[in-house]
Order: sequence, then structure tokens, then C-alpha cells
Amino acid sequence: MKDLVLIAKDFAPIAVEREAQSITRPSLSYWQDAWLRLKTNRRALISLFIVVGLLVFTIAGPWVWTIDPAAQDLDQLSSPPGANRRAIIVTPYLPWSGITADSVPISGQTIGATAEIRLAQPATTQAVRLEWDPVPGATGYRVYRNLYSPAPDGALGLPIGEIYDARRISYEDLLDLRPTRFWYSIVATDELGQEVAEYTTLVVNVIRVVTVDEAISDGLVGPNVVPKLGDEVFVKLHPLGTDYLGRDMLARLMYGARVSLFIGIIAPLFFVLIGILYGSAAGFIGGRVDQFLMRFADFVVALPFLLFMILFKIAFGIGPGESGILPMLVALIVLSWPATARLVRGQILQIREEAYIAASQLLGAKTYYLILRHMIPNTLGVILVTITFAVPTVIFVEAFLSFIGMGVAPPTPSWGSMCNEGIQTMLNHPHELIFPALLISITVLAFNLLGDGLRDALDARMRSRE
Amino acid sequence: MNNLKSGTSDALTRTASTQLIWLGLAATIGFAMLMGLLYWVSSLTGSHTTTLNAIDAESGTVTLLLRTEPPQLDSTRATDSVSISVLGHVMEGLLRFDENNQLAPGVAERWEIREDGATFWLRPDARWSDGVPVTAHDFVFAWRTAISPATASEYAFILYPVKNGESINSGNLPVEALGVRAVNNQTLEVEFEQPLAYFEELVAFSTYHPIREDFYHSREGRYGADVDDLLYNGPFEMTLWVHGAHVRLEKNPDYWGRERIRLNVIDMPYFTTDATSALNLFKDGKVAVVDYLGAEQLNEVLQQRWQLKRFGDGSVWFLAFNFSPDRITSNWHLRKALQLVTDPSELVNRVIKLPGNLPGESLFPVWLQGVNTFFRQEHPVPKIELNLEAAREHLEIAMEELGLDNPPSIALLVDDSPGAAKQAEYFQNLYGSQLGLDIRIDRQIFKQRLAKMQNQDFDLAVYGWGPDFADPLTFGELFASWNPNNNGRFNNTEYDESVRLAQSSLNPQTRMEAFARQQEILIEEVALIPNYERGRVYITDRRLQGVVRRAVGPDPDYTNAFISSD
Amino acid sequence: MYSYTLKRLFQGLITIWFIATATFVAMHSVPGDPLINERGVNEEIRRNLEERYGLDRPVLEQYLIYMSNMAKGDFGISFTQQNRSVNDIIREHFPVSATLGILAIVFAGIGGVLWGALTALYRNRLPDVIIMFLVILGISVPSFVIAAIGQLALVSLNGLVGFSVLPVAGWGTVLHMLVPSLVLGLGTMAFLTRLMRSSMLEIISADFVRTAYSKGLPPTRIFMKHQLRNAILPVITVLGPAIAAITTGGFVVELVFAIPGLGRFFVQAVQQLDYTVIMGTTVFYGAFLVFMVIAVDLIYGFVDPRVRLE
Repeated sequence: MKDLVLIAKDFAPIAVEREAQSITRPSLSYWQDAWLRLKTNRRALISLFIVVGLLVFTIAGPWVWTIDPAAQDLDQLSSPPGANRRAIIVTPYLPWSGITADSVPISGQTIGATAEIRLAQPATTQAVRLEWDPVPGATGYRVYRNLYSPAPDGALGLPIGEIYDARRISYEDLLDLRPTRFWYSIVATDELGQEVAEYTTLVVNVIRVVTVDEAISDGLVGPNVVPKLGDEVFVKLHPLGTDYLGRDMLARLMYGARVSLFIGIIAPLFFVLIGILYGSAAGFIGGRVDQFLMRFADFVVALPFLLFMILFKIAFGIGPGESGILPMLVALIVLSWPATARLVRGQILQIREEAYIAASQLLGAKTYYLILRHMIPNTLGVILVTITFAVPTVIFVEAFLSFIGMGVAPPTPSWGSMCNEGIQTMLNHPHELIFPALLISITVLAFNLLGDGLRDALDARMRSRE
Repeated sequence: MNNLKSGTSDALTRTASTQLIWLGLAATIGFAMLMGLLYWVSSLTGSHTTTLNAIDAESGTVTLLLRTEPPQLDSTRATDSVSISVLGHVMEGLLRFDENNQLAPGVAERWEIREDGATFWLRPDARWSDGVPVTAHDFVFAWRTAISPATASEYAFILYPVKNGESINSGNLPVEALGVRAVNNQTLEVEFEQPLAYFEELVAFSTYHPIREDFYHSREGRYGADVDDLLYNGPFEMTLWVHGAHVRLEKNPDYWGRERIRLNVIDMPYFTTDATSALNLFKDGKVAVVDYLGAEQLNEVLQQRWQLKRFGDGSVWFLAFNFSPDRITSNWHLRKALQLVTDPSELVNRVIKLPGNLPGESLFPVWLQGVNTFFRQEHPVPKIELNLEAAREHLEIAMEELGLDNPPSIALLVDDSPGAAKQAEYFQNLYGSQLGLDIRIDRQIFKQRLAKMQNQDFDLAVYGWGPDFADPLTFGELFASWNPNNNGRFNNTEYDESVRLAQSSLNPQTRMEAFARQQEILIEEVALIPNYERGRVYITDRRLQGVVRRAVGPDPDYTNAFISSD
Repeated sequence: MYSYTLKRLFQGLITIWFIATATFVAMHSVPGDPLINERGVNEEIRRNLEERYGLDRPVLEQYLIYMSNMAKGDFGISFTQQNRSVNDIIREHFPVSATLGILAIVFAGIGGVLWGALTALYRNRLPDVIIMFLVILGISVPSFVIAAIGQLALVSLNGLVGFSVLPVAGWGTVLHMLVPSLVLGLGTMAFLTRLMRSSMLEIISADFVRTAYSKGLPPTRIFMKHQLRNAILPVITVLGPAIAAITTGGFVVELVFAIPGLGRFFVQAVQQLDYTVIMGTTVFYGAFLVFMVIAVDLIYGFVDPRVRLE
């Protein structure tokens, strides 16, 4: 028998060659798990991207699109996106004294219409100057302008001018001139000041013009280029058109987003914060204090929300030059915190009774550890969902207040006030309504869907269910 | 298993959706029945009438809309244009405005105005809607009620020209001291505080309407609150007043001038301030008139080929300054700088964009009558040329005088109407870009703006003034140092003297010259920056003729309207 | 049950007192002056007006007078309509708002349940996609935009047909009620549809449904008795808040459709700083909402046997 020599190495355990079959997965924290879950929810993910996109639009937008949202381009009022921007360079506007005839022929017969209307000079967006022959027997004239031909039923259009002197045979139209086609009609009036039946019409094509100075100051021509009269240039570009004062819609939407999203996000953050403090205080202290605090919260909940929003808005008032965002925020916070407070209190009460808290306590956990490790993470999901759902509500409240004229003060734009202004011009200039309304809708939708996704992802019950 | 499951659930889905359709049908029927039930319940409490189309020639009915509910139809307290318009249809004063906007005999058949007073002879056939004749006593009672401090009427001042009016209104004399008495049932005798050139204009105003004493007292403080709380003596009487919803006027069979009145019923079942709704109702053929339109709506109107009309509502709009010494706007150079860059024509043509508005040049609007022709033709406004260079120089001087290093910020007070905000934004941009001034818009709701105005809590204010009577004095008085409506506290001795002269003189020449002087002073001192004289554009159904619009008095006025056959 | 109801009612009264006090405080901290008018008036008149509305007294006294009057059900006289009482205004205009609100809530409830059930049955199929798209529109478009577009659609419809199918604005006949109440209920309906859909989805795959099916119950019975009935319960819980949303949401619809409801009066009163009307309306609405919430809770106790009212 061979000597069996055993050395220490021989007593080393045999290396495990193959791991036994096992089911493991990387340990995931609550938030990692939630994120994974959210990632699988396509709608929520898209919403998240939209929300991020909106924030980028709001914050970074004004650096990229540097047009001043308050700058008024009075030559391009309510112009839709993609409008023709061609303009001709002309001399500055000079006042016109018009034409006065020496006398008006007297007629024995019924008063007719003037033979012909002429343009005293080419019709431009600076002015359209009309002249005509005196009408025998007339006491004055009425000047009408239309966007359509007045024939056959004689709807002459806008009553732009009234002339009480028959010798005055010219009219200068300055009213809201656009590069379009106008039908001008002139009617004579009789001795009672009534219009006679006959009229004369002239079709005029108005061309857009700018002066040399305007072309240079607006940067329509290259640097160091002195434009010549008659040159063709393009007036300033407004990708989404302009509003009723010729302000750039894109720039206003960006600044409006600052107001709407600011209120929409800051207000929920604050009232949720207050709600957390209040609710957790009530939940922890318990007893009489809890009863009292919750009764008070119930009272605040019972206040009719919109009525008090309006009341607070007028009670706080807006000083000169203020936008009124702050009073709106304060009113929203004062009226909205109790819902969160109730929610948080409920959560705290529930969690306090959980077995793992008791276990933790038995193992000697301190209160602050309990709060940090158990209470906060377990309520945070619910709170995050609350905030997400509160954003659309607040944006709607802002829009509603703007609609009844209690919103932010001009010239501060907000989506709500832009919508309200857009509604007035809905038929003529739909772009003034569509863009802000679309942004509100997208935002509200994105936050709603994101809220849904977050709720699914953060709900602990859902986690254990699959 | 899977197949089975989907098969069963498909079957279930089909049955379930069939059931849902039935449920939906049942619910729709139920909803309709609920609507009917609610309608029936509400008809138990309020009266309902079906509304006709805009024009019903057969019954002589026109359907219209009211902008707002008349707060009350107590003529002593009515101040708003809607109440005054309705009162103009159901009541009649001593004089009235006819279809050509001229003064015509009303309850008074004839009258005589003297230097110290006036006498009115009432027509015997003027009657209240309960058949009792209208007497001189009814006027005495109404005027005393209006002037009494206990009534606290906002428009009491319009009775101040009657002797002792102001003292009574301030509580220093009893109401019986008012210089008006009924000589007999048919004769009314008025004493003036001082000679007065425009008393005829005044007695057509609604505060001068009659009220019958016994009826007034029988309503126990509810006079004018409801359809039964009023007696009518005008061409129409109110037969229905559902608050906030429906007013119906019908031809008054007891009215002395009934032959003149051609409409039988004026039905107003829509109350809305919303311009879009108003136009939609017109488009739908439900109302015959939209009494004013916004600039945004004009293209739609053109497209529909409706005939637009226009009229000036008589009011003048301007930027008012605060002259309190602690305000920078008390500095003349600053005001001058603003004046030199303000182009009312641009405001009217590019911002307001409504035909009928005239660029403002003066406090006195173009429609005021002078001695022979229009006041403004007799006394043209001194022309102000825009001059940016000069404006900047004035601003420099102003800053030096005020001890400022940078262009100051100025608070611009406006009300919360959309139009006012638009103009404020325009001015903010204008003065900001031209002069570097920081204009801070102070937008307030109606009553808060008034309070700020009256407490001199503003630098600049967008302000409008509508005439109370058709005499330049209604405008000229506004800047007299004693006038409570002189909110900016403009104070100029020469101006005050000139107003006193215009108040007391009966000579048209002297008066018009005084107003011309006032016009000059206002422009020299830059007491205001005129913006525009407001115009309105309105549309009427082609069949409705004879609608009268006016600057002073009830507007719109349908008393002379008729339905044309074609 | 009775003691629960009594307790809730008592709490409701205290809540109303709180609302009234809050309204009073808010109203009296509003800058501006309800008695000011465009034409300035003299001292004597001002004094008289202050006396008429009791504004010359110390604030505390005003509060006590206001409270005792309110306890008697008297909200005072309007500032703008100087010879009408606030009670009259509420009595005349609240029924209009209430009619509109009832119709809207019924419409929203019916629509929400039906569409919700339908979308759940056809999950991820065409009807679901179409309806959910409309629901998303209803949730995400501001109510005043919907109202304005609704009115425009009506005008176009009438113009197309050639006569007035439905009135464009106004109040007074049955037809006037239809479109405004639908517009008013739309947002809530969309919300309820979403709710109903998710609760229905949960129920469809629930064990008791499968059990019922394997027992051989007819599909009709399963759907009505087991699915629909159980799925509706969560919808009822949110009706209380929905009523509140609809009554105040009525403001917009009343403004756009020229309906003489209380909401429109409130907005006008705010413009005019009509103290008594503002306070009266707020307290009235507050009280109304408080009692509606109590009523919904009580009803819920009857509908859902799992809920015990204590």
C-alpha cells in the first residue's frame, strides 16, 4: 500500500464547477424598477419626451428664436403663417391734402353716380388715394371698401369714409391696409344726407411696401446695402404668423409657455409640498391635533374653487406693470393644498401600521430613519402622480381665468390669454387660436398620460402583482 | 383553451354591445324626457315664450338682443346705456328726439325757455299705461326724487341747473326747495339756478322723465325692478321681463302719438355681451340687429354680404394725465414729449381697425354744433406735427427738471376690456421704442379702475367721456378744476374762467369762443392726448328700416323703425 | 344611519359658516370701492349710500349683521340692481344653472358609462381607438374653446340645412337646453369614460365573471348583473366632485350661449364689485356643494353594500 501523503491542498474544498440552477436578477431599487416599468409603457414614454420637449421649447426656445415677443410689427397684423412677404421699397409716407373741386354742377334731375374713380397714385399698404369727378346735385359722398365684388346685390362693404362736402372729391384710405384686392365704391348723398341708389366701383390691388429706413432698421437688406427705390425685399419672417398687434406668434408662444408652464408646475409643487408637511404633521401627531387639522382642511376643500379663485384674484389685485402671476399662484396654492394633505395623511397612517415598520422599530430604527427609509419612498410615488395630474388642472384654471378676463395682465402672454384673444378672431385668423389651443391640449394630454404611466409604474401593489 | 376563451369573449362582446346599444337608446329617450320634465318644471315658475325669427312682418315683431340686463328701470337712477335705451322706448319726457335726431315735442306740447326759467305746457292726451293722464305733478315728483340725497342718484348732477338743485343734493336744503312747480295739471314752471343755453337738451334726458307719486310709493322701494313695478307713458310698454334673459316691449295703445309707431312688438330674448354670439345669432336669422361689431368680425360680415352701417357714438377717448405735483406727469415737457410722438391716426387705422372711428384731435368731437355749422369747422384744432427729435429733447429737459438720470417709468391705468388692453399694449410699445419710457400697464376691473382714477392713483389713464347732452359744455366742463370727474386734477385759472363764461352766457358766439379758447389751452398745456372719437359699425336686417343711432339720448332707438315689405 | 346623517349635516353647517366667513374676509380685503361710479357724487350722497349698505359701520359689526341676516336667509340688496335683492337674483337664476348642470351630469354619467363599457369590450380595436381619441380631445381642449366651436358648428349646421334646427344661443325652450348641456358635460363625460373603461377592464377578467360564465349563465345576465353593475361603482364615487366641477364650469357655457344662469351673474358682479351679490352667490354655491357631497355619500352607502355609514 502506497503511503498516502496528504497535504493541506488535498483538504481544500473542491471547486464548484458549475453553478447550481438558480433564478436571480440584479437587485433593483424601487426607482430603477419604476423606470424599467415606465420604459415599457410606450404612451407614457412618448409623453415624457413631449414634456421634456415642451420644457426645452420654453427654456431654450427664446435663445434660438430671439425675436422680442413684445415687438409690434404694425405692417403685418394678424398675418397667417406662410403669408406672402414680398414688398417694394418706396419713399416715406407724406400727408396728402386731397382734392377739392371749385364747384359742383347743379343738376335738375336725380343724383347719379360719379363717372369714374381713379387712383391718385399707386395703391400701397401706406395709403390708397382715390379721386373722382364731382356728382351733380350731390351734398356729399360715402366711400365703401369691400373684399368681394359689390355686385349684384349692392353690398358695398365697409363704410370707411363719410364726406359732407360735395366739392371734396378725394379720399385717402389708411385703414388696416393689406396686400390684397379691394373693391372701392363711392355713393353720392342727397340733400337729406341719404345715399342715392347708384354707385361706382373701382377694383384696386394693393401692394405691400416698406420705406428705405424701415428696410434698413428691420434688417431686410444685407448690412451696408442701401436699398434703392423699387427694389424688392422680403419683410420679416414670422414662422407661425403674427397676432392682432403684429407680434411674433412663435416668440409669444414661447414666452406664454413660461407663464402657463411656470404656473402649471410651480403651483402643484408648492401646494403638494404644503400638503405633505401638513398631512404628515397631522398623520404623525394624531389625536386631537389631527382631528383639528383635518377639519380645517375639509373646510378649505368645501370652498367653491373657481369662485374663490376669482375672489382672490381681485382681492390681491395687480399693481402697475405686474403680470399677476404671483397672486394667481398664491390663490391656487391656498385653495389646492388640502387634497394632497389628506392623501399624505392617509398614506402615513396606513404605512405606520405596516408590519415592516414594526419590524424596523423592533430592530431599533430611529424615527428619522423610519421617515427617510420607509415613509418618504413609499409616499413619494403617490405624490409624484398627484403633481403630474395637477399640472393639467392648473393650466386649465389659468386658461379659464383668462377667458373671463381675470388672467395675467397684458402684455405678458400666456397660452390661456392667447387662446381667449384667438377666439375672437377664430373665423378670420384661425392661426391665432389654433397654436395656443394646440399647445395647451398637447401639454394637458402629455401630463395626463405621463401621470397614468407613473401611477402604473410607481404603484407598489402593481409591482407585486405581476 | 385560448381559442375557446376568445370565442366565448367574442360572443359575450357581441351580446354586450347589443345590450349597450339598447341601453344607449333608452338613455337617450330618458335624457329627452328629463329635458322635457325640467322644461315643464321651469315653466311652472317662470313665463316662457317661443321666439320668432328676426323679423316677423305679419305680427310686426322684430327680435333683437340686449347687451346686458338693465340694472333697473327707475329713471332717477338709470345710468347705463342699456337702461337709457329701454327707458327711451317705454317712457317719454317733456321733449324727445325724433327720427332725424332733432328735439321734438314729447309730453310737452309747447314750451318757452327764458333767461331765468322755463314753462312747459303738457298735452292733455298724454297718459300712463293705466289710463291716468300724465300731469305736471308727476314731473315735480320725479325731479325731486332724483335730486334728493336719499335717492343717491348718480345722475342727480344733471338736475343742478334747476334752482337749488345742487344745495338740495348736498343735503343743505329740503327737496321742496327745488325750482320746479306744477302751476296746474298741464303747466310746469321751472326756475333756473343761472341762465342756461341748453335746457331743452336736458329735459329729453331720462333723469327728467316723469314718475307718478302714488305708484312709486305703492311699490315700496321696488320701483323699476320688474315689469309690474313700472308705469309707462312712452310709445311702448314692457310686457315681459325675465331677468337676465328676456325683455319684450309692445306698442302702447294709450300713447298719444300711437299713429306714428309702426312696430307692434320689440322682442329681446337674448342678453349677451359676447360679440361672437351676437353675430352667430344674426347669422342664424334670430336677431335683426347687431348694434356694434368688433374689427375681427368685419371680414365675416363682408363675406356674408350684409350691409354695414356706421355712426359715431359721440364719445371721445384720450390719455388723461395726473397733474398732482408728486407725479412726473405734472411735468409739461414730459407730456409734450408724449404728445409729439403720438399718432392717433396710426392707433385708429392699425390697432382699432374699425371704420367710423376718427383719429382724435381735440377734447371737443367733430359732431358738436357751433354757431352756424360744426364747432370744429368754425374753430379748427391747432395742428400738431409728429416730431421725434423734438420729443426726445423735451424728454431730456423733463428728466433734467425732475432730476432723473434714466427715462422714468410711467403707470398707465386701463380697464379690463379687451380693446383697452390692446391700446395699452400699443402705447407701451410706442413710448417704449420711441422714447425709451418704461410704461407699466395697470389693468384693473371696472370699479377698481374707477377707484384708482378718483384717488389719483395713476400717471396716465386711457379714458373716455360720453356726452350727457349735445352741447360742448359736457366736454369742456370735464377739465374745470371743481369738476369731480376731473380725475387728473388739471387746474388752470384761465380755463376755469372760460368754463364759467360758457356756463352762464346765453350768447352762442361768446360761448363758442370760450370753448375754442378751452380747446387751445388744453393743447398748449398738453392736458390730454386725444386718441379717437369712437365710432360703431353695426348691421341690420335689410327689411328693418328706420333704426336711429345717436350720440346723445337713447341708443339704439327703434321707436321710428318699421318693417319694409320687400 | 340617522346619527351619521345628522352628524354630516351638522358638519355641513359649520362648513357653510366657514365659507361665509372666508367670503366676507376676502370681499373686505378687495381693493376698490363698490360705491364708486363713473360720474362722481357728492359727500351727502356717498354717506347715504354707505348707510344704505351698512358700510359706515365697523367691520366687525358688519360681519355680525351679515351673519345674522344670512342665518335668516337674507343676503341683502344688490349694489348694481339697486332695487332687487340677492335672494331674488339667486331664486331666478339658480334654477337655470341647475337645469343645465343636471342635464350635463346626467349626460356625462350616461355617456361615460356607455362609452366606457364599449371601449373596454372592444379594447384596442377600432371603436376603442375612435372613442378614446374623442375622449382625449374632451379632456385636453379648454372648455371655452369647445363651447365656441360648438356654437360655430350649430350656426353652420343651421345654415346648411336652411332653417334653425337648434337655437344658437339664448334660453327659454327645450331645444335651448340641448347643446349647452352637452358642451358642459363633455369634459366630465370624457373623464368618466376613462374611469369606466379601466374599471370595466378589471372586471372583464375578474374571477367571478369567469365563474358566472362557466356556471352557464346567459351572456346578457353576466354583462348586466356582474360586469356593468360592478364597474359602475367607482364612477359613482367621483360624481360628487364632478357635480362641483360642472356647476362652476357652467360659467363658460353661460357666457358663450347667453344663458341667464347664476355663473354669468357672478362674473358680472365681480366686474362691478357688487359685494352682496358676490358674497350671496359664493355662500349659496358653497352650501349647495356641501349638501351635494353629503347627498352623494349617502347615496353611495345605499348603492354599495360594502360601504357602511358610521
